Amino acid sequence: MPTQEEIFSKVSSTLVEALNVDEEDIKLSSTLQGDLGAESIDFLDIVFRLEREFGIKIPRGELFPESIFQGDPEFVSNGKVTEKGLKELRERMPFADLSSFEKDPSMSKLSDLFTVELITRYIQGKLS
Amino acid sequence: MRWIWIDRFIEFNSGKSAKAIKCLSMAEDHYARHFAGYPVMPACFILEGLAQTGGILVGEANAFKEKVVLAKVPRAIFHREMFPGEVLTYETEVLILRPEGASVSAKVTVQGEVTVEAEIFFAHLDQSRSKELFGESNFVFTGEFRHLLERMTRKS
Repeated sequence: MPTQEEIFSKVSSTLVEALNVDEEDIKLSSTLQGDLGAESIDFLDIVFRLEREFGIKIPRGELFPESIFQGDPEFVSNGKVTEKGLKELRERMPFADLSSFEKDPSMSKLSDLFTVELITRYIQGKLS
Repeated sequence: MRWIWIDRFIEFNSGKSAKAIKCLSMAEDHYARHFAGYPVMPACFILEGLAQTGGILVGEANAFKEKVVLAKVPRAIFHREMFPGEVLTYETEVLILRPEGASVSAKVTVQGEVTVEAEIFFAHLDQSRSKELFGESNFVFTGEFRHLLERMTRKS
């Protein structure tokens, strides 16, 4: 079982290839879209590369869930994720650290959940 | 009208790899302006030829049922310019093939010399959304195109 540092190192090199960014710009706290400039198509590319790099299977929508809140209108109210929505989020993304998001669950902040650390934690869970 | 940038397939291993050739001819219009007095095959057309070779490889793997679209070229290195009179061999190999899309490694060789190395990423248009937008027909791999493909893969 690789250490968190080893996983982070491999995740970083994966992101360098997928997003054409410099390795020194990648930190655990970097957000994929805001800090590293990922676009929607890049998420699928990242999934493909992680599968190859770590020899794992990542089912569709598991690491980067699509349309989490479209299933129920009660998940979002006035641009904020409701308690019911947060519960759904915890179930769909048990590997995500929601502590900051829960303080201000604005939909506009949702993309900040997708960080390098989130990927690292997900991979750790997959490999354990 | 389709703009085909490969002349013929010379190898095809379903779901694994494909090799096609493109003969560069001075008669092609683009050399008049690219560049005047110094005809060079435009790099974008070479990439398009590689993407067509890889895209057909990916499409055939699913019996041409998916709408395969070029999504991204994460890496492309051109080692030199290519000129009329040269025959380019486009070689593509499937790296990953999934219901959502595929990624292929690709290279161009000219008489064994590697002139381009690239990686190309294809997406399958989302089944439900593409039906809404384009209907049932597969505009990527039309009947006319598949007929043309049969001619391009026929052994001479």
